[in-house]
Amino acid sequence: MSRRVRIRGFLVSALVLAALLGWGFAGLPDFGHFAGEYAQLLNRVATGERHATNVVTSIVFDYRGVDTMGEEFILFAAVITVGMLLRETRDEGRRAPRDEVRSDAIRLFGVSMVGATVLLGLSIVAHGTITPGGGFQGGVVCASGLALVYAAGSYRAYRAAGPYEFLELGESTGAGGYVAIGLAGLAAGSALLANVLPLGTAGELNSAGTITMLNAGVGLEVSAALVLLFHEFLEEVEHR
Amino acid sequence: MTALQAMTIALVALGGLAVVLAYDPLRQAIVLGIYGVLLVILFVVFQAPDVALSELVAGSVAFPLILLATLAKLHGRREDE
Repeated sequence: MSRRVRIRGFLVSALVLAALLGWGFAGLPDFGHFAGEYAQLLNRVATGERHATNVVTSIVFDYRGVDTMGEEFILFAAVITVGMLLRETRDEGRRAPRDEVRSDAIRLFGVSMVGATVLLGLSIVAHGTITPGGGFQGGVVCASGLALVYAAGSYRAYRAAGPYEFLELGESTGAGGYVAIGLAGLAAGSALLANVLPLGTAGELNSAGTITMLNAGVGLEVSAALVLLFHEFLEEVEHR
Repeated sequence: MTALQAMTIALVALGGLAVVLAYDPLRQAIVLGIYGVLLVILFVVFQAPDVALSELVAGSVAFPLILLATLAKLHGRREDE
């Protein structure tokens, strides 16, 4: 197919797509005039029922907690699979690690940001029930702190930063802990993932009952999964 | 819709175009990271802070990180040949 025919074909299909999208978006309600009754109902009752001021978190870990369990295991399975596939094909021949960052300023800045990044991540996890954020977002921030050790420091510093054998354990504990807390609801004679803990005062760090614990479980699972994923890719890059 | 909202939507559209037009994979990975930040601004302007945080960590941190690691691996292999 010649270039001209391809461009013509693209222009026609792009015009049709643009017209369809424009037509579709014109029918949406205006910004701030959402009409979904379920969402508006949850917005009214969630803080009173679950003592979590962040309604998004109470939906993710309570009203739709089963969905989150599924998503958590999607991530779990995906990361474990990546690890298994990469380890299967990895060459055993090891090379001396290369230090590519030569600027002391970049090293100093990067390494001094590691603690702040991990602290920020932990804070986002801990305040998940109160302010925007939660286990997923905070978990990724924590994991990126460790990636910073490699990016700004060196592979050697990154290797020294931890025993990476515990990553799978952390990931499994986070994923399994979520299920265990969910089953506690069943054991208490209620439904799966139903709250079994005192709810506390809304707006305080130690509130919202099981939501806080589920949130922490997801934080552990996501940060371990992300570090594991990055670790497997990095081993590929450095041991080629 | 306010002018700010319209402006961020236009920026996101331009950013998406820039990602598609970037030919070199390394450059594309970096433009993609910037596109992620533009999406974050869009979500903040439309008052969705939770989604903004998720997009920030997934689109500007996690995904480019894995992408860059993969590119480093492929680049190294090309050097060996």
